[in-house]
Amino acid sequence: MNIMINRIEKTFEKLKADGDKALVSFITAGDPNMEKSEQILCDLPKYGVDIIEVGIPFSDPMADGPTIQKSSNRAISAGSNLSKTLKIINKFRRVNSKTPIVLMGYFNPIFQFGLEKFFNSCKKIGVDGIIVVDLPPEENELINVYTKRYGVHNIRLITPTTDKKRLRKILKFTSGFLYYVSITGITGTKKPSVLEVKKAVSRIKANTNLPVVVGFGIDNYKQAAALNKISDGCVIGSAIIKIIESYKEYSKSKISKKIEDFLIKFSKDNK
Amino acid sequence: MKKNKNINYKIFPDKNGRFGKFGGRFVAETLMPLLLKVEEEYKKAKNSKKFKSKLKYYFESYIGRPSPLYLAERLSSKLNGAKLYLKRDELNHTGAHKINNCVGQILLAMQMGKQRIVAETGAGQHGLATATVCALFNLNCVIYMGEVDIKRQAPNVFKMKLLGAQIQPVKSGRATLKDAMNEALRDWVSNVKDTFYVIGTAAGPHPYPMMVRDFQSVIGDEAKKQILKYEKRLPNYLVACIGGGSNALGLFYSFLNDYDVKILGVEAGGEGVNSKKHAASLAKGKPGFLHGNYTYLLQDPNGQINDAHSISAGLDYPGIGPEHSWLKEIGRVKYVSATDKEALSAFKLCSKLEGIIPALEPSHALAYLIKNSKKFSKKDIIIMNMCGRGDKDIFAISDKLGVKV
Ligand SMILES: Cc1ncc(COP(=O)(O)O)c(C=O)c1O
Repeated sequence: MNIMINRIEKTFEKLKADGDKALVSFITAGDPNMEKSEQILCDLPKYGVDIIEVGIPFSDPMADGPTIQKSSNRAISAGSNLSKTLKIINKFRRVNSKTPIVLMGYFNPIFQFGLEKFFNSCKKIGVDGIIVVDLPPEENELINVYTKRYGVHNIRLITPTTDKKRLRKILKFTSGFLYYVSITGITGTKKPSVLEVKKAVSRIKANTNLPVVVGFGIDNYKQAAALNKISDGCVIGSAIIKIIESYKEYSKSKISKKIEDFLIKFSKDNK
Repeated sequence: MKKNKNINYKIFPDKNGRFGKFGGRFVAETLMPLLLKVEEEYKKAKNSKKFKSKLKYYFESYIGRPSPLYLAERLSSKLNGAKLYLKRDELNHTGAHKINNCVGQILLAMQMGKQRIVAETGAGQHGLATATVCALFNLNCVIYMGEVDIKRQAPNVFKMKLLGAQIQPVKSGRATLKDAMNEALRDWVSNVKDTFYVIGTAAGPHPYPMMVRDFQSVIGDEAKKQILKYEKRLPNYLVACIGGGSNALGLFYSFLNDYDVKILGVEAGGEGVNSKKHAASLAKGKPGFLHGNYTYLLQDPNGQINDAHSISAGLDYPGIGPEHSWLKEIGRVKYVSATDKEALSAFKLCSKLEGIIPALEPSHALAYLIKNSKKFSKKDIIIMNMCGRGDKDIFAISDKLGVKV
């Protein structure tokens, strides 16, 4: 495990001190276009979001449901790509130096960008962690030296199919926090069973001190509050993307307002 | 073509599923435990007498193996006198090589206690073969197929439904093979407990490229015995078309260490490899990650996967099995291409001269030979994989030729 202190540790420490849980949100960089996406990104912390996952658009998002697939396509059509993703994060950092940013995506766009260049940019711009969906611990060697060299957290997914032996293997290569995938499936499709998730998260927590956040299929604050009794936070992904999809033609401030209306409930109940 | 007599070309994949630097396992965590399980069960099956004898039984009694090796004399006369042998896997039950792999994988799925089978299909041949074997063994069968392919391969869609399979039309992307594979993978991620994903070509995450190759290598094993019987010597050339690369590897694998046999893989050149519309991932692609493995892909500079194009639905794929990427880099196999137009002419020629209506896919392999007939001589023996029959293509082709069927 890496010993790194960046915004992610600081955020969880502060949440813990305040008796709070993390509200993590996901958006795709460049959805519905670069300008609106940048605005949404900059506004999210104002709506109580503690950690932002920024999706790198990819043509073939194998682990994503229709909502995030369409989001990725909208972003690509709007000209988004990895270097533009880094650009809007760079702009975000000019107005926000505290909120952790985690880049989430598939390996091919990162690999084609160049691994050294990518991780170096992450460090320079202020990306705190990455989640590479299709890079299991078995293939971790490909990025291991870079995450260490540039101090970027390698955040990994744990799923209902992960057994004890794999859990140990995954923990070996994870830092920052763990992301528990609450369903056996793709994003935004099934609803998690609170009972099952609680069992799984306590099992994980028995093996690590890293914070565990839960995601996939969480779209209301009651569910989040129930899960937060055991987890250290919840990820709201497809639910926010759906708002962006519905109001994509609206002005950037109006889309942002719609997201605020939705997220404010989470903050109230969580905090 | 380089000759390196010190290399054993048959040692890969390594324990990490790599062919040189290609291959591997690039999938979401949800699938990893299952992939490891498939690998473990496959290893068991490979060494099990019972599994092998079952496989042999269905190969012979259900598929109709061995398939003949036929000397196509009239086509040979178009190849500067070289002797062209056709390995007639188009005579297999369901009309293509695909069923060799389906029987193998589905026997494995049953050994693992899986009751539900999903598969992707382009030309519909793999879907048809999967649906057929599922009917045989009374398993639930869901086939993902791009909407574009559903249109151009209507006869196979009808057959799959007759066999009791559920067809899931795929609208995303360009609605062809790549997109069908995405959807099949998503289905698998969502139903790992009871479902087995039967991948139709030598691609995907480890152990699939190895497994599919092994099940298909019966083609080359037979061809080798047959040619030694007929000609008392090995061929000078092997040739096969390449979609994901399963029929090609099936033929090539037995001969990889026969260093004097020259091997040609023919990619789909579409409207020309210098146009934007082709499926020649080895000729024009760059290594990258898609569908669980590291291999040559048609992609843009940002790493977005490009759409492929081919008149043949079975070759319309922007990637290729990782073993081919390795065989290309190491120089054991020479990869070339034939265009839509050339394939269509070869399709007509083969029908007229041999009374064999080929599928559009192997028509590409034949087209390359015809186009380069001058390179061959009387002394040459060529084995071409006639990996599918053209029944599925006649409606699409008659459309192209402006004939109403
Ligand atoms: C007859 C036939 N040949 C070839 C192919 C291409 O696949 P592969 O390259 O795996 O043999 C297909 C695919 O559907 C096919 O139906």
